[in-house]
Amino acid sequence: MNSARTEAAAPTSRFDRLIDWIDERFPLTSMIKEHATEYYAAKNFNVWYVFGVLAIVVLVIQLITGIFLTMNYKPSAEDAFASVEYIMRDVEWGWLIRYMHSTGASAFFIVVYLHMFRALMYGSYKNPRELLWIIGVLIYLALMAEAFMGYLLPWGQMSYWGAQVIVSLFGAVPGIGEGLVEWIRGDYFISDITLNRFFALHVVAVPLALILLVVMHILALHETGSLNPDGVEIKERKDSRGIPLDGIAFHPYYTSKDLVAIIVFLALFSAVMFFAPEMGGYFLEHANFEPSNPLKTPEYIAPVWYFTPFYAILRSVPSKAWGAFLMLAAIVLLFFLPWLDRCRVKSIRYRGWTFKAAIATFVVSFIALGYLGLQPATEKVYVYAARVFTVLYFLFFLAMPFYTRAEKTKPVPERVVYQHGE
Amino acid sequence: MPVLVMKSIRLSALAATCLAMLGAVPALAAGGGSAMSDHAGNDVGNVASLQRGARNFVNYCLGCHSAQYVRYNRLAQDLQISEQQLIDNLMFAAEKPTETMRISMRPADAERWFGVAPPDLSLIARSKGVDYVYNFLRGFYVDPSRATGVNNVMLQNAAMPHVLWELQGEQQAVFEDVNVGEGMTQKVFKEFQATSPGQLSPEEYDQFVRDTVNFLDYVAEPMQLERQRLGIGVLAFLLVFGILAYLLKQEIWKDVK
Repeated sequence: MNSARTEAAAPTSRFDRLIDWIDERFPLTSMIKEHATEYYAAKNFNVWYVFGVLAIVVLVIQLITGIFLTMNYKPSAEDAFASVEYIMRDVEWGWLIRYMHSTGASAFFIVVYLHMFRALMYGSYKNPRELLWIIGVLIYLALMAEAFMGYLLPWGQMSYWGAQVIVSLFGAVPGIGEGLVEWIRGDYFISDITLNRFFALHVVAVPLALILLVVMHILALHETGSLNPDGVEIKERKDSRGIPLDGIAFHPYYTSKDLVAIIVFLALFSAVMFFAPEMGGYFLEHANFEPSNPLKTPEYIAPVWYFTPFYAILRSVPSKAWGAFLMLAAIVLLFFLPWLDRCRVKSIRYRGWTFKAAIATFVVSFIALGYLGLQPATEKVYVYAARVFTVLYFLFFLAMPFYTRAEKTKPVPERVVYQHGE
Repeated sequence: MPVLVMKSIRLSALAATCLAMLGAVPALAAGGGSAMSDHAGNDVGNVASLQRGARNFVNYCLGCHSAQYVRYNRLAQDLQISEQQLIDNLMFAAEKPTETMRISMRPADAERWFGVAPPDLSLIARSKGVDYVYNFLRGFYVDPSRATGVNNVMLQNAAMPHVLWELQGEQQAVFEDVNVGEGMTQKVFKEFQATSPGQLSPEEYDQFVRDTVNFLDYVAEPMQLERQRLGIGVLAFLLVFGILAYLLKQEIWKDVK
């Protein structure tokens, strides 16, 4: 499309001359080509392939609303809670900005979990995309840190006691535990000092890391090229111009398709934000509308829904140290996924029943643990159920080398499967 | 969500088994609950009810409970009352309409007098829920063992006296022993029996409480009606935009074979 411009003998319009002027000083046109107009992705992407773009949309929402929130938020134990209510009541459109940010936090995890599940299904973590996957897991870790520290800022009862519980987990580190916890809090309990440093980390440090990691993630993706639901490497079959036979340019094909996805997503996002911003107490917990009170422990403390699978794993073990270790292991195992999976076939479409069964069990375990993490730990039944699902969660990873090695796979097609108008 | 996930990977038999395992868990979650579970049934769109609720709140609650995030002039604007009406009828504890609903009682004094400082009520409808507040204000019963002479079925040994007793009258609570297993019994609230009538009939009293709760609901999130109005506009825009974007995508994808 813009090949006409490069082939022309001399730039004609003012705009073309401006672009040429820039290109001599900054690789603008070549970057646009490399990452959009001449970045080729398989034409058979299904709905699971929209969540990466949606994650970027949410990241942008969080960054922009976050900037506006900091203009009125006050990170001190004395003023934090009141300043949030000030934003909700007295700042022009403050309530909208705040609800966007609170809904965005949950939306971030929804799209990231679906994005990760997509990778799991279609083998997006396999050779040669191991680093892409590892960077992705690092993004997930940074996101968890970001969400956890951000949740302290409204300084409500759940902010306070949630942070109290999670920070105290570092006490399980052998030898240095207690000192480490004090170092993190900067005090003997969660206090004004903790709030201040969490604010700094939430607003400056972690977002910087997140942005850097997201850029690395996209660069790694564009290096290997996107995979597709058939798990076929489209780069292996190119036409005479060197364009993959099954590839279409990211722009305008996927930009136009993603735009539709973004609008559908924004509609769902708006439905929650405008009509159920608390989402029944899951996005904004009821107890968090009560200012934090260090002297009054809530009846039971549940983290926000996106942490509850790991919280359930933590609670399923009677020993705090082992619980914390398992919780950490549950996340760290993700890094090893590319090497735990011994099967050469990438997409679930052509994999054997053992892997399908394993992934189904994993999904059910993860959701069940998420549910159990929200329930009070007093019921024995919940504790036993959490143990069963914790074992299943870990078996998915630890048994993977065995059930994937001798997997009975189906033949993988040479080209992607695509029907026009799909 | 689990259904969607399962469908896409087409694993009916095993998925069904797993979902059955998952489904078995919520079934065990029943039980518990509060003594009274009546619904407030309030309507934040009912301005007349909000006005009555504001009157009730200022006359009966604001002596001890602040609503420190609520600004008087914002209230007047939302409740469609003039500044003069505001000053004459609602502003007993403030000088300027730009002030918030604060009280002069000091928390330290309050704690000495009641045992606990009365909580600020700006967000009570969000932290506890409107139904809780509705039942709490209807849940006082005579209990001579308490210093205030009353107790509350929604909050055992509540420190709060029954401020509305002249309106509601007095009532006794009837409890029954319920077997909770292992040879233990628990006292469970059954019903109220009115012992002396108040100035209002039971229906009028419920309406009085409903109006007050309605006001507290508004106060907890003053922009909630505006939020919903804006939401409809935004969704309508996204619908139109979405159709256009879809047509654009179809046009561009026409040549993908």
